[in-house]
Amino acid sequence: MLASKPTPAARRGGWTDFQRRYAPYIFISPFFILFFVFGLFPILFNAYLSFQQWQPGSGLGEMKFVGLRNYTDNLTDPTFWQSLRNTAVLAVLSGLPQHLIAIPLAFAVAGVLRRMQHLVTAVYFLPYITSIVAISVIFFTLFSWQYGVINAALNALHGLPLIGGLFPADRINWLGQKEYVQPAVALVVIWRYTGWNMLLYLSGLQAIPRELYEAAAVDGATGGQQFRYITLPLLRPIMFVAVTLSLIGGLQLFEEPFILTNGTGGAGQAGLTTIMYMYRTYASYSDAGVAAAMSWLLFLVIGALTLVNNRLFGRSGLAGRDER
Amino acid sequence: MRSLLTLTLALTAGTLGMAAAQTKTITVAAFPDLDSVIKAALPGFKKLYPNIEVKINSLAYADHHTALTTALSTGKGAADVVAVDFGYIGRFAEGNGLVDLSKAPYNAGQFRSQFVAYTYPQATAPDGRMVAMPTDIGPGSMFYRSDLLKKAGVQPSELNRSWESYIAAGKRVVAANPGSFLIPDAGEAAQIILRTGLKSGEGLYFDKSGKVLVGPDNPRFVRAFTVAKQIRDAKLDARAGGAFSPDWTTAFQKGNLATEFSGAWLVGHMQNWLAKDYSGKWAAQNLPGGTFASWGGSFYAIPQQSQNKTEAWALIKYLTTDRAQQVLAFKTTGAFPALRAAANDPIFNEGVPYLGGQKARIQWRQAALKIQPLDVNRLDPIAEQIVNDALNTVLDGSRDIPTALREAQTLITRRAR
Repeated sequence: MLASKPTPAARRGGWTDFQRRYAPYIFISPFFILFFVFGLFPILFNAYLSFQQWQPGSGLGEMKFVGLRNYTDNLTDPTFWQSLRNTAVLAVLSGLPQHLIAIPLAFAVAGVLRRMQHLVTAVYFLPYITSIVAISVIFFTLFSWQYGVINAALNALHGLPLIGGLFPADRINWLGQKEYVQPAVALVVIWRYTGWNMLLYLSGLQAIPRELYEAAAVDGATGGQQFRYITLPLLRPIMFVAVTLSLIGGLQLFEEPFILTNGTGGAGQAGLTTIMYMYRTYASYSDAGVAAAMSWLLFLVIGALTLVNNRLFGRSGLAGRDER
Repeated sequence: MRSLLTLTLALTAGTLGMAAAQTKTITVAAFPDLDSVIKAALPGFKKLYPNIEVKINSLAYADHHTALTTALSTGKGAADVVAVDFGYIGRFAEGNGLVDLSKAPYNAGQFRSQFVAYTYPQATAPDGRMVAMPTDIGPGSMFYRSDLLKKAGVQPSELNRSWESYIAAGKRVVAANPGSFLIPDAGEAAQIILRTGLKSGEGLYFDKSGKVLVGPDNPRFVRAFTVAKQIRDAKLDARAGGAFSPDWTTAFQKGNLATEFSGAWLVGHMQNWLAKDYSGKWAAQNLPGGTFASWGGSFYAIPQQSQNKTEAWALIKYLTTDRAQQVLAFKTTGAFPALRAAANDPIFNEGVPYLGGQKARIQWRQAALKIQPLDVNRLDPIAEQIVNDALNTVLDGSRDIPTALREAQTLITRRAR
């Protein structure tokens, strides 16, 4: 077309015209192409799938429209409700301590441990970037009923004079007994994500102007008062972000309980989270439609809880900033 | 004249084209160690079919089956021959992604009598389609530590006479060997009992018409749960959960297990890494109470989407029905042959060095012939999960047996629609 009448002016004009009008779209297209293929399409397909009965092994042609039955099936399934309860318990059990440890830790690192800040941050952040397979090997060894380090330590403590009575005489089957599965899983989650939260709070702390502390010190405020009246209020926006991330992450918990219970959910299914149950429904039960509907139900729960969190915490967080 | 020339050219081209088409490349998808069995078979196959090139794609066990599921669900990307493990065969049998080998031109039914009886039903869907050919099997065996038994003065026959004598003798073994366990997990006994004594036409959890068999009125389930509970209450098991769990592995490596039930293939794991230091101390015996069960097994199938079904079938037939090849497979990885004739090879009369030279293979061959076929059902994976959960609530004492079974029955019935 252009090449058939190659006048230099036309070619240059066409090229700059092309550059100006279309090149930006081409340069930005990789993101949109990737987003449509790996982001939007799966979501839409999953929504479509949640109204179908489908066994993945049968080919796409075998889908059957079943209306809302996948949703009602889930809502009447006791295991689904149990998985939601497990997820909620685990989210609280692992979420709260993360923040209760991370905030004072970040405060200490920013103040007292300032010289070793990078070292301490690196040490606490390490679990976050460690492979989950390596983590599982470590914790299996720690939690093992017969051969575990934790039980060996408890046993040794039980043998001590005076305080021995405080520790159990029998070995605890951490991953094989209903009561201990959730604490064990929560412990791993706390260990893994506290460093991440500490890093968030640390960056929040470093954004607080030092003059405020100096002025407070001049006015005679103690360290505790500085923490109470300067740090905590100004940290609220970052706390809101960190809690929201923990909330969403906690409700989508999968890797830790899956690996620690070998995918079984552990004793009494206490470690079966909703995402694990969804995965099981798809991979083991070959019931793609029910699994898809389950993911939408979980989405609704996460959406609702995030909204509540936003109302309770986000508002006051913003108000705190206004007061400044 | 001109048209004649064109015709001649066309014909020549056609012949040439056919000659080129005769050398075909087919792909095989498998998982370790089955891939090494196929690799070992290729030189022999090449002699019979010089025009078929075979390419092997090997993935890790779970990845292989995930990739196969994806390929079957989208209709694209499956190999011409696919290996399918026992644990997945029921799921693939339900869908329509695999070729029905019982129909022409395959007519797999003609080989049925040559195979160990329970293998064909495993690969057959409820509607009669046969989706895969069996290649290896895992006849069940009770492995025991002869040194631990000797110390307790217990004869191996006392362990396998009945489940009651297994528990009674087991108590003596554990008492005489402090720190040892009779069995990795009490649940294993339940799994074996559930798999034996089925009425004909019954599956594990459903009968032919799809009716749920699980329940407090079914003696098979009550007995399985009762025996497992007795083992747990007598503190005989290491509560290791499933095979290959960390506790299971450690107990083996430390030499703390007196017995374990598994497929014949476990010997390979024991001698290579699991219990290296205990060579000659382990021996094999039939399962307690005259029961026979199978642990695993592999199959080969042809996906509907394959463009080279004739060549794929030629390879499958060679891998599964050729006696020399099945013996070679056994020599390569210790995969016990599904083809009965292969089990008559002299190598099966030889002693197993790890088991102190015991001629265990003869015992396994006889056990394989006594394993009953089980009907598969689409909902088996769900029912299995629910029954296992119920068993665990019984073992940890939070439910009594009738309650647990009644709850399991309700849960399974709810899903069976």
